[in-house]
This record gives sequence, C-alpha cells and structure tokens, in this order.
Amino acid sequence: MAGTHNAETREPLVHLSRRASTPAWRAWTIRLIALVLGLLVCGAVAFILIDKLRDDPGKIGDFFYAFIKGSFGTPRKLWKMLKNLSILLCIALALTPAFRMRFWNIGAEGQTLMGVLGAITVDFYLGGKIPEGLLLVLMLLAALLYGSLWALIPAIFKAKWNTNETLFTLMMNYVATFVVSYFLVIWVPSGSSSLAKLKYGKLPSVVNDYFVIIMVALALTVGLYVYLNYSKHGYEISVVGESVNTAKYVGINVKRVIIRTMMLSGLLCGLTGFLIASGLDRTITTDSVGGQGFTAIMVSWLANFDPLMMVVTSGLIQILNQGAAQISQDFNVSGALPDVIVGIILFFIIGCEFFINYQLHFRHHSNREAAK
Amino acid sequence: MKKIAALLLALVLCLGCVSAFADDVKLGVILLHDEFSTYDLNFINGVNEAKEALGLSDDQVVIVRNIPESEACAETARDLVDEGCTIIFADSFGHESFLLEVAKEFPEVEFAHATGTMAHTEKLANFHNAFASIYEGRYLAGVAAGMKLNELKEAGKLKGEKPLMGYVGAFTYAEVISGYTSFYLGAKSVCPDVEMKVQFTGSWYDEKEEKAAAEALIALGCDLISQHADSMGAPTACENAGIPNVSYNGSTVESCPNTFIISSRINWAPYFEYMINQKNAGEAIDTDWVGSIETGSVVLTDVNAQAAAAGTVEAIEAVKAEFAAGTRKVFDTATEGFITVNGAALTSYMADVDTDAAFTKDTEAVSDGYFHESEYRSAPYFDVTIDGIELLNSAF
Repeated sequence: MAGTHNAETREPLVHLSRRASTPAWRAWTIRLIALVLGLLVCGAVAFILIDKLRDDPGKIGDFFYAFIKGSFGTPRKLWKMLKNLSILLCIALALTPAFRMRFWNIGAEGQTLMGVLGAITVDFYLGGKIPEGLLLVLMLLAALLYGSLWALIPAIFKAKWNTNETLFTLMMNYVATFVVSYFLVIWVPSGSSSLAKLKYGKLPSVVNDYFVIIMVALALTVGLYVYLNYSKHGYEISVVGESVNTAKYVGINVKRVIIRTMMLSGLLCGLTGFLIASGLDRTITTDSVGGQGFTAIMVSWLANFDPLMMVVTSGLIQILNQGAAQISQDFNVSGALPDVIVGIILFFIIGCEFFINYQLHFRHHSNREAAK
Repeated sequence: MKKIAALLLALVLCLGCVSAFADDVKLGVILLHDEFSTYDLNFINGVNEAKEALGLSDDQVVIVRNIPESEACAETARDLVDEGCTIIFADSFGHESFLLEVAKEFPEVEFAHATGTMAHTEKLANFHNAFASIYEGRYLAGVAAGMKLNELKEAGKLKGEKPLMGYVGAFTYAEVISGYTSFYLGAKSVCPDVEMKVQFTGSWYDEKEEKAAAEALIALGCDLISQHADSMGAPTACENAGIPNVSYNGSTVESCPNTFIISSRINWAPYFEYMINQKNAGEAIDTDWVGSIETGSVVLTDVNAQAAAAGTVEAIEAVKAEFAAGTRKVFDTATEGFITVNGAALTSYMADVDTDAAFTKDTEAVSDGYFHESEYRSAPYFDVTIDGIELLNSAF
C-alpha cells in the first residue's frame, strides 16, 4: 500500500469526507468550541476597535462580562431578554412548517408587520369606543386575517402557477412596508408619520407586561412540536418536503398542503404581530418588526427546523444581541460594533456545522515516510 | 513606606478627577440611530461637548444607540433608571409617547425630549421638551444662498430666467416646512425674485432617495440646493453636478469642497449643560426650552469661500445683529409682499400647538406683524405653504 505512494500521486494534505452520523456530544462540543473561538476573535477585534480597551487592557473582563450583563444584569433585563426571545421564537415557529415543506417563505417580516397593522387599525378606529375585551378580540382577529392573507397570496400563486415563492414572499415584505407608510400618512395629518402610542388595546398584564407573551411562545413551541411530529398534517408536510412526486403518488393533495401550511405560517405571524401591537408598542412604524422576520429564518435553520431547539437558538441570538448592545453602551462605541460582534459569533456558529457534518482527514505522517 | 506613598498617590488621583458635580448627576441619552446619521451625530457631539465643559466623568454619561420608536425606547429608559441616571434624554420625535410613559413611573427622574410636543399639555413636573430657534439659522443660511444666486445672476449663469432653488425635505411636517420656509425667506430677503421647488422623500434618512431627489431638482433647472434630511445624499449629488449646496446638521465641506456654502445646525450642548446645572442646583427644568443664537444653540459653520459669494460673511453678521436687536423677524408678515399665501398677506393663522388625536388647529400664531414660531411650545408649528414655494410631491 504505502509503497505505491510517490511524488506524483501524493495524498493531499487534507481531504474531506461526510460523516455518516455525529454523536450529539461531539456536535455540541464542536458548537461550544466554535462559540468560544468566536468570543475570542471578538475580543481581539474589540482591542483593535475600542480605544478604551487599548488604553486599559484590564477592561477586557468588562467586555466579556457585558455579554452576560446585557441579558442577566438586572431582573428587568432578564425579562426583556425572555420577551425578545419569545417574539423571535414565535416568528421562527411560524416559518418552520413552510420550511419543513421546503417552501422557502422569507416573508415573515411582512406577514408579521401586516399582523401589527391589522391590530393597530382596529385599535386606531375602535379604541375607546367599544369594551376593551371586545377590542382585544377584534385586534387579534384582524391581525390573524392580515397575516394569513399576506401568506396566502404567494401560496396560491405557488400552488396554481408554481411561481417562485422566495422572490414572491420577499417582495411582499416591501409591499407591506409601503402599505404601513400609506396608513401612517392618513392617520397622522401633521405629516410626521409618527403615530403616538394608542391609549387602548393593551394586552392585560399578568405578573408583568411580558409574561403573557412568554407563555404564548411556550404554548406555541409545544403545540407546533406535536403538530409537526405527531399529526397527519405534520406527516404530509414532511412528505411534500421530501418529494412532491412521492406525495402525489401516495394521494396527498399537494396544492392543499401548500396552501394550508402557508396559511398556518401566516396565522402565526399574524398572532406575533398582535403580540407586538397589543403587548408592546401600541403604535406602528415601518420598522415595527425590526428585521426579526429575517433573523427568524436563521433561528429556524440553525435549529434544524426543530421547534424545541429553536428555544435555544433564538435565546442564543437574543443574548448575543443584548450583550453586544451592552458593550456599545458600556464602552460608548459606535452602533455598528454590536453588528460586527454578533456577525463574528454567528459566522463561527454557522461555520462549525461544517465540522459537524464533515470530517477532515490529515495526510498521515507514516504515509509520507513510507513514500521516501 | 511604598504602600503609603501609593495610597497617597491614589488619593490625589481620586481627588483630581472628582468633578464639580455630585456623583449622583448622571445623564442617559437615547438615540434613534448612531454616528452614521448626521442627526444623531449632532446629539453625540453635543453630549460630549457638555460633558467636557462640565467636567463629568465617563461614568456620568451613558449613550444608548439604535433605539427604535417603539416599546424598546421605554425599556431602554427604565434600564437607564436602573443604571442610576437622573436625567434621561431621547432624541427622536417618535420616542416621546414611550418616554412620557416612563416619566410617569419614575417621578424622581427628569425626562427630556428633543423635538417633542407633549410636555406643555401633559404638565408633568419631570417631563420636558426642547428645541431651538433653528428657523433663524436657516434664514441666515438662506441669506448666503440668496447672495450666491445674486452672484450667479450678475454673471449670467442662472439656468433659467429667475433664480430657482431646490430643497430636499423629509416629511411634510411642520419642522421641515418651518425649516424650508425660513431658508426661502432668508434667500428672498436678499434676492427678491427667487423661487423654490421642494421634493419630499418620506424618510429622515435615505441616502439613495435624497440623492435622487436632489438630482431630479437639478435636472429641473435649480441653481442651488438645500436639504432637510440626514444623509449625505443631497450634498453628494450637488458636488457631482457642480451645483452650490447649503447643508444642514453640520459642515459637509470635506466631501464637497467645491459646492458647500454654509450649514446651520442646532448645537445641543447648551441644553445638556442647562439641564445638568438645573438638576444639580435642585432647580426645575423648563417645560419647553428653546435654544437660540444667544444661548449658542443655533450655530452656523464657517462660510466656504470657495463656493460662497463675496460679502456673505458680512451680510450674515448684519442680519444676525438685527435678530439680536429684535428689528428683524424671520416670519415677517408686516412687510408687504414678503410672505403671501395665494397672493394675500398672512394676517391670521391657527396653528396646531396642543397635541391631540384630531390635530385641532388651536392657537392663533400671527400677531404684532409676525408669526410667533416656537413661542407657544418649543417644537416648530409653522406649516403654511407660502407663495414662491412649489411642492413637487406632498404624499408624505
């Protein structure tokens, strides 16, 4: 064997092979190493970018502590993190049924924004004129209607004419933004396009303002886990995702599954929109969802479309976001630094999936010697 | 021995850095964007200037960037209370209702808001609005623009028969309308036949849109461009086309050495100093505070001799002196033909000063021969469309 090696047919220094399977402990060890490496690189970048750190390297402890402080520094920050996690999780959960079907819905931003718009429209016109309980129910219904409508349009086009759902849902995001701008111009005649916080339509406070939102996210997580893994619908989604032809062969109505599943996505986005509108902002801007519809794609993907894992991935992203924002605040540095830091860490975390799925083989030392 | 020396040294150092202010004065500042927006950068500069002037330590000033106009603003304000801030300031119009809510929760903490309109009707002891008479600065910048147009006219370099200015505005909102009207009036005061076209972008910060709007105005034959939006879009378009530009929020001379004439801006440092001094002395902060040229809140950059007409500096100084003496008003409704609406003089105007859901026009603003801008509340409320100014779009 070894004798056949010569200068011409030398093995490459490294070659790759796909791992047949990776035990959970190894996968998690790799992810943990990636996180630590990411943090170390952030520390190095921080040294280059933050004057205060260069002047006083002892403050590097504060730098890493800020990651924890951002989410766990005070009870208020902890609740905020759990609330932010919940909102992001809800949107990620909304996307997941479609993703499992390999329907690349990247329209969660617009669907959620439309949900906010639905709720705020009802609040704006009926707030104070009807009982608060009824108002909340109508706000919820309007949010569900708007959100599902925004998902249904691309779904019908996909089912009927096989249009590209990625482009279609992406463009629907922009349309939603302009629809919101349009209503703001009508609602705010002073021309500032800034709607002051509405007085009515506040989600009741249980324990605190965030608790209901967190409970809804929890219930949705469990509910969706069961739906996707143990229901007939969930099975149909998986089959359509694996192969449309197989699904047709076994008698699944593919069009119906596509429309039904996107409808579910839209409803959940609408529900999240209601939570944002009623539970938090009680106003709307074109930025009410703040890009979480896109971040949610990553949350779902990183968790391998598993609802339970999404709790971890959305938590990770929120903790990173709040930690990075805390760094910007504590070190009084540019608002771009948090993005850089979160970007670096996500790069490592996403990148490490490569090492989980593939194995590196280094050229054996013994081979080289034998070749001589 | 060494230990004692070190201890003494530490003590001296500590004493040395003790500021003139009690440690319990702490300023928290909430910003909509960060230093990449000229609007927010202007606040950051103001905070830093005040911090230096008052000798505050790093721990006494907290700046939080990129806070949207949503519940996130309230969350941030509460966080700042937790951090021990005694004065909390937010810089964006849409922050106001969220900040107001937190002000009600923490009566012992002072809350201040730039550009807001609610303080004078809410009547909370710890909630304040602030602005500056920037319309005076705009007017002075307008004088520089008028001088430039006169120079072009004399040299026969006007694109059309009459001098024409273009203006890129954000929204059809009083702050913008007051701004471009005062700019126009400043130009008109030295160049009586000037006209102006205004193009709105529907965004406070959209570099691409602002650049496109400026290019469109230049294509329509504008001889000079000014803007009220926060990106470098319009100044860049002017520099590329060689059209003179009157900027806002600070100098753009480095990027536009050939076309930048002058810029007006609000300097927020005097307001930060004022608030901190009042809080420190245990005195109340004004419900509506209006900075002026005298307080150092309304400032102009240096005139760029490369682009400006000769005599611009002197002309501006002369008008400034008249403002100080009270002999000249920006929104002068007494001088015949200066401000007209559909050909008629402006003798009465009901402005929407008190904020309500129906946007009721509630206060008579014209009296004693001028429109009383920023006198009944700090934020501008002049929103009249006057003759000589054409709005190309008003969808925003």
